[in-house]
Amino acid sequence: MHIKQELTERHVLTLTVDNEAGTLARIAGMFTSRGYNIDSLTVADISEDHTTSRITIVTKGPPPVIDQIIAQCERLIPVHKVTDLTEAGPHVERELALVKVHGTGDQRVEAMRLADIYRARVIDATVNSFIFEITGGPEKIDTFVRLMREVGLVEVGRTGIVGLMRGADAS
Amino acid sequence: MPEKSGAEILIDTLVEQGVDTVFGYPGGAVLPIYDALFQQKKIKHILVRHEAGAAHSAEGYARATGKPGVVLVTSGPGATNAVTGIADAFMDSIPLIVLTGQVATNLIGSDAFQEADTVGITRHCSKHNYLVKDPAELATVVREAFAIATKGRPGPVVIDIPKNVQVATASTDVKRPPRSRFTYASEADYAEINRAIELIANAKAPILYTGGGIINSGPAASEALRELAELTGAPVTSTLMGLGAYPASGEAWLGMLGMHGTYEANMAMNQCDVMVCLGARFDDRVTGRLDAFSPKSVKIHVDIDRSSMNKTVRVDLPIVADVGMAMRQMIDVWKGRKYKKQPLDEWWSRIAGWRAVDCLSYPGSAQEIMPQYAIERLFEATKDKAPIITTEVGQHQMWAAQHFHFDAPNKWLTSGGLGTMGYGLPAAIGAQMGHPDALVIDIAGEASIQMNIQEMATATQYRLPVKVFILNNEWMGMVRQWQELTYESRYSESYSDSLPDFVALAEAYGWKGIRCDDPAKLDDAIAEMLAHDGPVMFDCRVHKTSNCFPMIPSGAAHTDMILNADQVSGTMDDEAKALV
Repeated sequence: MHIKQELTERHVLTLTVDNEAGTLARIAGMFTSRGYNIDSLTVADISEDHTTSRITIVTKGPPPVIDQIIAQCERLIPVHKVTDLTEAGPHVERELALVKVHGTGDQRVEAMRLADIYRARVIDATVNSFIFEITGGPEKIDTFVRLMREVGLVEVGRTGIVGLMRGADAS
Repeated sequence: MPEKSGAEILIDTLVEQGVDTVFGYPGGAVLPIYDALFQQKKIKHILVRHEAGAAHSAEGYARATGKPGVVLVTSGPGATNAVTGIADAFMDSIPLIVLTGQVATNLIGSDAFQEADTVGITRHCSKHNYLVKDPAELATVVREAFAIATKGRPGPVVIDIPKNVQVATASTDVKRPPRSRFTYASEADYAEINRAIELIANAKAPILYTGGGIINSGPAASEALRELAELTGAPVTSTLMGLGAYPASGEAWLGMLGMHGTYEANMAMNQCDVMVCLGARFDDRVTGRLDAFSPKSVKIHVDIDRSSMNKTVRVDLPIVADVGMAMRQMIDVWKGRKYKKQPLDEWWSRIAGWRAVDCLSYPGSAQEIMPQYAIERLFEATKDKAPIITTEVGQHQMWAAQHFHFDAPNKWLTSGGLGTMGYGLPAAIGAQMGHPDALVIDIAGEASIQMNIQEMATATQYRLPVKVFILNNEWMGMVRQWQELTYESRYSESYSDSLPDFVALAEAYGWKGIRCDDPAKLDDAIAEMLAHDGPVMFDCRVHKTSNCFPMIPSGAAHTDMILNADQVSGTMDDEAKALV
């Protein structure tokens, strides 16, 4: 007998949650305990009185599993609202990455030129290194990081994505 | 401004929430609370002999009374010992408030004596949990916890209280209202109810598949179910957790469904054209093989928990609502639109054919007590006394579900979802605390009973006349049965060796002990048990290798039931072996 694998879809979920101790552990742990995937997760306080946070989770699963994930998130007491941006329609997804490259001569010039094309900003420089700051969709960042491997990539830090619905309404 | 200690605020708030009974066990990190308990008279504390017993007793109390059960245990091992009961309550949607002591806030994280990360450990087996770091928050947290535990789909809520928070004082004037931070379903949308009623009214082969949600919804839900079944003429089956919501003596009753359910219930589930799932959750023990589950039916699912919808079985009409209210709405719509009961004669005649199989029959014996016979005789002897039955987990539990018949809700307390051996005796103690005058019987197995046997002392201490009726076959019967069916009778570690003398043990604890191994003497022995005004342990020596049938083997469809031992092959393929 072999373990069967199912086809999965990528979904971006945003959760409005109480900003209190244990909320993140409750949500992240629920994903682990029920066998769901987390590709990326970002969280930060978004309210004036510091009572509410927004969590953006990128997850993968077959459609019925995505439905279950949303229902299970909604079942948690500190979770007020869950929106499936992928299902809800037009939305923007952005991620920020810091990318450090090492090199001199032509390699250094090429890194700079590529950064320019990808609209990455230099936020630190030495005679033989740069740190670039780049924002965009995950694919753009993936591509940029792949290119930087050719010209002396040292390390990368990524935030994971945050997302909002397009238009005037709240997601 | 008057100030009180955290411990006093806790006790006051419990009293305010209507708590009169707490099941607990003291220890270092809850000494301030125990001192506050000592100095008051409104709350009765039941001293258990192990914290697992406290949690299961509170479950039994909650299930039998409909009120939340309250547990009080110390930090570290006190809390971890209670975890099985918390997880059990979470699976079976039982409202519990579990108060755990914790080391002082300044010691948390320092690996202090009897420190454990209780909120971490219980996070995913409780409905919600709290670590309270300020006595001023305590009253609000407790009020919120009672609301969370009892509203919507009920469940256990853990409140972890560091020792310094129990000692420190805070003003009692602060009356911050609990945040209304969760919503829960109540009434159903009338458009959905209308659609459901149209489907039911036009069905040729409807079935009501009911579950523990109806018990949780309260006695009015059981009343509504009876009325709905009467109006629609549809047959009724139930999960293990829902037994008693519809009377077993009722005309529409098909018996329990699922792995050890009746042939007629499972065949009717398979062949129905409209399935109305009321407060049940399509558990794997109910559905059998998913791709063969009720292939022809339109499925309506009423559940208070949205996450139960489409979790394992896709349904056509999900209705997120309190099942009692939704049934009441269905009745109103049915009557309002003047629907008439469908002539379901053809459907009922097919059901009569399945009933004729007589799937619960078993080979009789004049020499040995058959376990099914023991349950039948116990039922006959007690049915007029409205007994509360608890069980442990295993063959005896399934035989009790099959052969003991329930006509009212809150009379059947069993560990369904988690399947916890050792549940029955403490649950019986809790039920007896809630109903001091009721006849409470734990139907047990000789293996399960040993898992919380220390609770016999609790029954002795509080003079609780619980009866423990052990079907003693000297095997972990369900394990042995699966090994016979699946592993060619390789009985790996399933023999109950070195059993205690249960009669001598009963006497050692101050109970009455009775042993019976003769079917001819069984009725007299049961009468002797019932006549005794105190706790009794009944060692009923039964046929050792009886199997529990009918049975849907794991990985099989409802239509592939094993009805008797002749149909057992002794092997199973790997796909089936991998299923629980």
